[in-house]
Amino acid sequence: MNDNVVALPDEHKFQARIDAEEKIEPKDWMPEGYRKNLIRQMSQHAHSEVVGEQPEGNWITRAPSLERKAILLAKVQDEAGHGLYLYSAAETLGATRDEMIEALHEGKAKYASIFNYPSLTWADIGAIGWLVDSAAIVNQVSLQNTSYGPYARAMIRICKEESFHQRQGYHIMMTLMDGSDEQKAMAQDAINRWWWPAMMMFGPHDGESAHSAQSMKWKIKRRSNDDLRQQWVDQAVQQAHAIGLEVPDDDLTWNEERGHYDFGPIDWDEFNRVIAGDGPCNRQRLAHHKKAHDDGAWVREAMSAYDAKRRAKSSAA
Amino acid sequence: MTDSALIAKFAVRQGDDALVLGHRLSEWTSRSPFLEEDLALTNVALDFVGRARMFYQYAATLTGGDANEDTFAYTRDAREFSNLLICELPRGDFAFTICRQYLYDAFALPFMQALMKSSDQQLAAIAAKAEKETKYHVRRDTDWMLRLGDGTEESQGRMQKALDDLWGYTGELFDVDDVDRALIAEGIVPDVSLLRDQWLETVSDTIARANLELPQADWKAAGGRDGIHTESLGFLLAELQSVQRAYPGLKW
Ligand SMILES: [Fe+2]
Ligand SMILES: [Fe+2]
Ligand SMILES: [Fe+2]
Repeated sequence: MNDNVVALPDEHKFQARIDAEEKIEPKDWMPEGYRKNLIRQMSQHAHSEVVGEQPEGNWITRAPSLERKAILLAKVQDEAGHGLYLYSAAETLGATRDEMIEALHEGKAKYASIFNYPSLTWADIGAIGWLVDSAAIVNQVSLQNTSYGPYARAMIRICKEESFHQRQGYHIMMTLMDGSDEQKAMAQDAINRWWWPAMMMFGPHDGESAHSAQSMKWKIKRRSNDDLRQQWVDQAVQQAHAIGLEVPDDDLTWNEERGHYDFGPIDWDEFNRVIAGDGPCNRQRLAHHKKAHDDGAWVREAMSAYDAKRRAKSSAA
Repeated sequence: MTDSALIAKFAVRQGDDALVLGHRLSEWTSRSPFLEEDLALTNVALDFVGRARMFYQYAATLTGGDANEDTFAYTRDAREFSNLLICELPRGDFAFTICRQYLYDAFALPFMQALMKSSDQQLAAIAAKAEKETKYHVRRDTDWMLRLGDGTEESQGRMQKALDDLWGYTGELFDVDDVDRALIAEGIVPDVSLLRDQWLETVSDTIARANLELPQADWKAAGGRDGIHTESLGFLLAELQSVQRAYPGLKW
């Protein structure tokens, strides 16, 4: 690795390529910080897709109609696929999936804090698809232009599938709001519980975000947290009102001058608590993932033993 | 019973097999040994739920009235479910899930191929779709049988145990009752009892290649078609039907 250090282009050249909107590819030179930052972000993104299977998977066996069950299975299958794309993309930077999973289990790697909230009723499946996937889309659309080629391409593939996720979630909410009083209450309760965690998905305010400035300079991130959050609020509020849902924010008002909704303060204490591991489901989510991984160890061992036997046979032949 | 009542009964049985087995598969989502397999198991679960819907929808058109796919899935009790017992057994470990799936799919392939020749157009069309999926399922299951049977000592032990535990439930796959006999006579459904030899040959071959032993069990569990189930089905349905049962008659 280090023997051609002299030949490496310097960071200025790298930054010039970034500024010229060139995509960085796996074999290109890149600053160590860029690589690390990307591995952190991409593995976090991959873990989010995978851990996100849990709150939704929680309702697959209880989906209230066969059509909803089929849609939910297809959706969760997509999310697992997104996890795969993202792990593969991160692997192009030299991180192995085993290392990334280990970091997750050790609590060193994060995943989206939203998945540390419980999915308690069927309406939560609607709220997750509608609010959480739409927040993910807003973020991921902006990442289609991220500077790292494999990440950008993964985002393009993923975004194609995401709009179906959001639509199915909103359709669940629409159907509930068209239904009985109990169903309407269930839908309102779901937005009450998921709204603020969804707002927090965009991360801290721009000034307070640990990685933001450098990520913007390297064009890993293309738009600021606050900017993305505002876009999401503007669309989600209208969608809520269109089907008769109230948004659980007393400060929410349309600001004619800005052309945007103003909204109330976000509870960053809660955000930090959940990120630090003390949200309602952090422990269960990690334990669930670990258990599946540990229970599957004998299967993975058997696979490698089988492959090794086959290789030995074919080289002996 | 009229022909259409008999066909509806047959379609509901097939729908029940697919729904209950799909349910067991879907319990793996987020719990598989690794991510690729999580995706694959979820996908196969979706195939079975899709198959259940096709059979139920056809049964609903034959039954008429208010019946639809969901009334079959969500408003009948365990005694009214007519799936084969092998489909409902709890998911067990990964070895059990793979063995069950292999034993069932290895039956489903010749069964769907025979059903494709049904004089009933609709059944033939459903069978054609199911057959395509089943070809892929059997390939997948067989790969796993070989890998796990001929993997480590532990995997081989788990696979042998799963096979032994499951073997007594395979006899029911080939049972024929009055409903079947009436439909067989008219060329509407295949005679499953005639598929047994072919199945045994295929399965024995795979088991041998997987370094496993063919169970010599002389026990047989049956009763699913008559609604005499294992105790696990009631819990499966309590979960599957919970929302519909709590809020009857609503749209979701
Ligand atoms: Fe996703
Ligand atoms: Fe999604
Ligand atoms: Fe499939």
